[in-house]
Amino acid sequence: MSVASNSSASGNDPSQLLRDERFLTGLRRDMLRFAELQLRDPAAAEDMTQEALAAAVSGQARFSGRAALKTWVFAILKNKIADHLRQRRRIVDAASLAREAADEANFDEHLFDRKGFWRPDEHPDDWGDPESTFAQHQFWAVFEICLTQLPENTARVFMMREFLGFDTAEICRELGIATSNCHVILHRARMGLRLCLDQRWFGPEG
Amino acid sequence: MLNCKQVTHLLSEMRERDLRWRERLPLKLHLLMCAGCDNFRKQLDFLHRACREYAQGRSDSTPP
Repeated sequence: MSVASNSSASGNDPSQLLRDERFLTGLRRDMLRFAELQLRDPAAAEDMTQEALAAAVSGQARFSGRAALKTWVFAILKNKIADHLRQRRRIVDAASLAREAADEANFDEHLFDRKGFWRPDEHPDDWGDPESTFAQHQFWAVFEICLTQLPENTARVFMMREFLGFDTAEICRELGIATSNCHVILHRARMGLRLCLDQRWFGPEG
Repeated sequence: MLNCKQVTHLLSEMRERDLRWRERLPLKLHLLMCAGCDNFRKQLDFLHRACREYAQGRSDSTPP
């Protein structure tokens, strides 16, 4: 196994860093997963990953290390995904979105008693220090599983908001739904993600 | 008085719009008294930060 030097001199150009095959393979895999989560279209995800990498190689910028390069390549990828979503006519299916949002009521019923207070076993716990969690490689695998488990359209709206940085007004406009509805969908996504992480990562077995 | 269900909705909506004054004060009071909702608030913060990290390529699929 070849161990690539991690003491790269500052001012490396992207094409040089991307020549490290092990790094490139990992980077491509992470990019593909990220794109597929949002597009649910493997072919489009592949295209966008390819384009973002090509743009990175031909870019004039210099990077002091792999983490910085990765952040930059991801920024290019996010722009490409956002443009792609803006160009597409129907980003989500309005009917299924409405169905998914209707589930939200069930969610609340499960968590809160009749008066709207936490049921004793649903009382949220302290998750501790985020940074130490983010440093754990396994956490991100669970995070991805939890994203995949959200209802498809709900997940897409959530990722437009939290990953791509669309503002809520633009999302509502693009989807042609009322603002309050938009808020419900985003809330639903957060509740789903929170419960999933709570059970799979922070829970007794976590 | 707000209940916990209303508080969770407000905490989520805070990320989409500015809350009104008449929403902010009862929310603050509730959070002072309710550890569950205050933990929920921190959890939403955690989620937001996780998303930001993830979207910057922080998830490392190649451990050293």
